[in-house]
Amino acid sequence: MPVLVFDDKYPMTLKATTHEKFVLKGVISELRKVCSKVLCHAKLLGYSGDDLFAVHLAMEEALVNAVKHGNKRDADKSVTIEYDVTPEKIDLVIGDQGRGFDFGHLADPRCGNNIYKTGGRGVLLIKSYMDEVEYNTAGNSVRMVKFNSKCAR
Amino acid sequence: MEDVKPRIGIYYAQNATVVTLTDEKLLEDQDIKALEDSIMPLIDSPVNLVIDFGSVKFLSSAVLGLLIRISKRIHEHKGKLKLCGIGPRIFEIFKITRLDEIFDIHDDAKKAMLSLK
Repeated sequence: MPVLVFDDKYPMTLKATTHEKFVLKGVISELRKVCSKVLCHAKLLGYSGDDLFAVHLAMEEALVNAVKHGNKRDADKSVTIEYDVTPEKIDLVIGDQGRGFDFGHLADPRCGNNIYKTGGRGVLLIKSYMDEVEYNTAGNSVRMVKFNSKCAR
Repeated sequence: MEDVKPRIGIYYAQNATVVTLTDEKLLEDQDIKALEDSIMPLIDSPVNLVIDFGSVKFLSSAVLGLLIRISKRIHEHKGKLKLCGIGPRIFEIFKITRLDEIFDIHDDAKKAMLSLK
């Protein structure tokens, strides 16, 4: 449930902060519903269209990676989505029950013959569209942050 | 009877087959598979294909994979592939992945067809 917090500095403004955690079966259509919730909260907080597009794309790529590459499409394995949506930033953690991958040794899909490959671009897009991206040591959970471009940092 | 939603519009110009993508969002596996099943039969012979993204507002990397498969098939048959109508947000995806360097991208279908002459 969204938590509404009155801002001390600006008592007339309402500051909406949302923290939620979902552990769901690895079914992409169900996971996309959580993505829609995140985007809905962010939209209510006035995030720009470009910010929403970025978060949508990064979440889509991370969720597909979790289901296809992490859980190997095993619907009995779960995907965890935890997020904080505040007026300043959207902070997301998406984890799967797979064996993980080595984030540091991922082939660059832009180089050489990789550009003609039909896959392998999801992580590049996540890194490009989000402001902070980090994987856990096991490589089966990614934390990504998008700052509100309308807020001066 | 099941409601079948068309994924593409097709028209045949003098020197090209023009495919217009009708979905605003291209995400779901079944949507991308439906798109592939609709386009592949069109390129089983030498053909110049123009794909118009004018209606597309959002796509994922799975669509980029489909475009690579289409491109390979067209080149096997010595045809040409042109993309057009790609909005700024979608074009950014092509730039980041450098696919703007391997696909021939035009503002609209008319310009894409002119480039085939």
